[in-house]
Amino acid sequence: MSNIRLNTITKKFGTTDVLKGVDLDIDDKEFVTLVGPSGCGKSTLLRILAGLEQPDEGQVIIDGKNVTSMRPADRNLSMVFQSYALYPHLTIRQNMMTPLKLRDLSTSQRLPLIGPFLARKEYKELFSQVDRTAKILKITELLDRKPGQLSGGQRQRAALGRAMVRNPLAFLMDEPLSNLDAALRVHMRAELTQLHQRLGATFVYVTHDQAEALTMSDRMAVMMHGKILQYGSPEDIYQNPANVEVAKFIGSPAINILSASVNDYAQICIQNLILDLFAPTQEPNITIGARPEHLTFCDDNPTALTGFVQHIENLGADLYYHVKIKDEQRPLIVRSAAGNGKRHQIDDLVHVKFDLNSTLAFAADGTRLQTHRKLMDELAS
Amino acid sequence: MSDQQPTFRFSTSATIKHAVLILGALIVLLPFYVMVSYSLKSPAEIMQNTGGFFGAQIPFRDDYCVKLGNAIADCMVTPWIYNYTTAFEKAPLVRYLLNGVIVTVSIFFIQVIIALPCAYALAKLKFWGRETVFALVLFCLLIPVHAIALPLYIMLAKLGLTNTYAALIVPWTISVFGIFLMRQFFMTVPDDLIDAARMDGMGEYSIIWNVMLPTAIPALMAFAIFSVVAHWNDYFWPRIVITGNRELFTPPLGLREFKGDADGDNFGPMMATAVIIVTPLLAAFALAQRRFIEGITLSGMK
Repeated sequence: MSNIRLNTITKKFGTTDVLKGVDLDIDDKEFVTLVGPSGCGKSTLLRILAGLEQPDEGQVIIDGKNVTSMRPADRNLSMVFQSYALYPHLTIRQNMMTPLKLRDLSTSQRLPLIGPFLARKEYKELFSQVDRTAKILKITELLDRKPGQLSGGQRQRAALGRAMVRNPLAFLMDEPLSNLDAALRVHMRAELTQLHQRLGATFVYVTHDQAEALTMSDRMAVMMHGKILQYGSPEDIYQNPANVEVAKFIGSPAINILSASVNDYAQICIQNLILDLFAPTQEPNITIGARPEHLTFCDDNPTALTGFVQHIENLGADLYYHVKIKDEQRPLIVRSAAGNGKRHQIDDLVHVKFDLNSTLAFAADGTRLQTHRKLMDELAS
Repeated sequence: MSDQQPTFRFSTSATIKHAVLILGALIVLLPFYVMVSYSLKSPAEIMQNTGGFFGAQIPFRDDYCVKLGNAIADCMVTPWIYNYTTAFEKAPLVRYLLNGVIVTVSIFFIQVIIALPCAYALAKLKFWGRETVFALVLFCLLIPVHAIALPLYIMLAKLGLTNTYAALIVPWTISVFGIFLMRQFFMTVPDDLIDAARMDGMGEYSIIWNVMLPTAIPALMAFAIFSVVAHWNDYFWPRIVITGNRELFTPPLGLREFKGDADGDNFGPMMATAVIIVTPLLAAFALAQRRFIEGITLSGMK
């Protein structure tokens, strides 16, 4: 049982504002991801939650209790670090024993040599706890090795084991997969999600990799410049970004952003092209965003953009065409399934059509504009 | 340079460099050569500078033995045996060596107990004025021992501590060099490791002894060699604070036993004593050579 609430957290390092009043609600048993580019304050937020940093203002509330000034160990959270941070001089078993010993044993029972002798029963219990956790993570045969003798993935598991062994209220993870190679990272992604379901614990996961955030989380918070820009389910954030920065950050390849204008009939126009899409705004200059999968090739028609294929990325199942449009700086990226219709070659003249239901519009300041397929009455009058 | 060219090629600059290095090594090694050589030779050979490195090892008459009224035939001794036995007989060399061990080991342990928390605080804790404190530490590195020897001596004398082990140990217990060296090493320890220990529930002191100390073993070994060599070989400070009590003499003070006697300097046994004093260090160095060099590069890097 653990609801975590962060209330208007502010933090400054020197004169730089790292966090500018961040609010976050995390429900029990939820997998929440904090995602954002490096330097956005996501790790600092996690460290404040862990108690490793003190916020300048704001409170950390766990289960209705204000723990802002409590020591990290007393909050009963555990953390997995990017560099694993296993004690290099101890075996994996001793690494996993350490948090248990510090929590469950008295000072005299922790003494070397005499301690295990004095508290044989307690030690037996701790050993069996370690063994149980090791079995879940399938690292039993690694228990007597030292971290230096393990591969990256094995160390990752050992670090998870050390975090899991004491049944914390919540797991905090600071980019735990970023030191692994690509294949292992994808594998560990699935494994962590399964572990989350199996343990039924709260996970707070920090990453700069939007793919990790999209695949793993129940809810994700997109952070930039010390603020949470949007907090919601991955589907929601992908399909309904609150502003252009979120839209650009989430999704790979990145969303296509085009400058556009709104004419007197509230219709969105790109260059000379008038889309059958309406935006209720007085501003003439807006931007529109279209994800690669929301663009399709079509025959020449008045609602399509025309350009040349500049580059083709072949990902096996999908092809990404980079289409150079006249007067646009960046090429438009169009996804097309490999077996789907005619394959274009470099320098081919192509026509690109928007999926108007999924096309997003943003005001000049970056905020999202609602778009309509039909002109609304109040705008028409 | 040479490592870019795997095949041998004569290079004037490399030859000059090596010539200079060899010359330097010879200059440094010459006194050791003389020390070992003299410790093997008879007094006559030392005075006349004959006999090569080992001496002829012809038995000679021990005048002191004759004076005690023994028959001349019983007083004939082989030079190297005479030198080394005299070294142990005339002075309580074993006692001196023991004192040396007590003093150097105590100094090192107390230095570690003080330097590790200091270094940890300077490297990993954020507090107001940390940089100033570190600047002061660096400044203290510049103060030569001899400059503060007199005030230190007066302090110890007023406390009535001269001619005690405390006088030999206490002034050296805070090693600025040790703090500096360990601080530089701790800077390289990832913060995550310390944070992990905090999450596990360790206090700051517990982190120092249970996390930082084990990871710092290589740096500590290097520091141990610096510290032990310096205090084992120290002649200056023991000479000042140990004035009468021969029971407290450290090995270098023991060398004085053979100096300035009424019947002249007795170089053979004196050099034998020197060899005996130096040997433990040479052995330790040979065993820990790799670590020693690590330690030098460690302190030289930053």
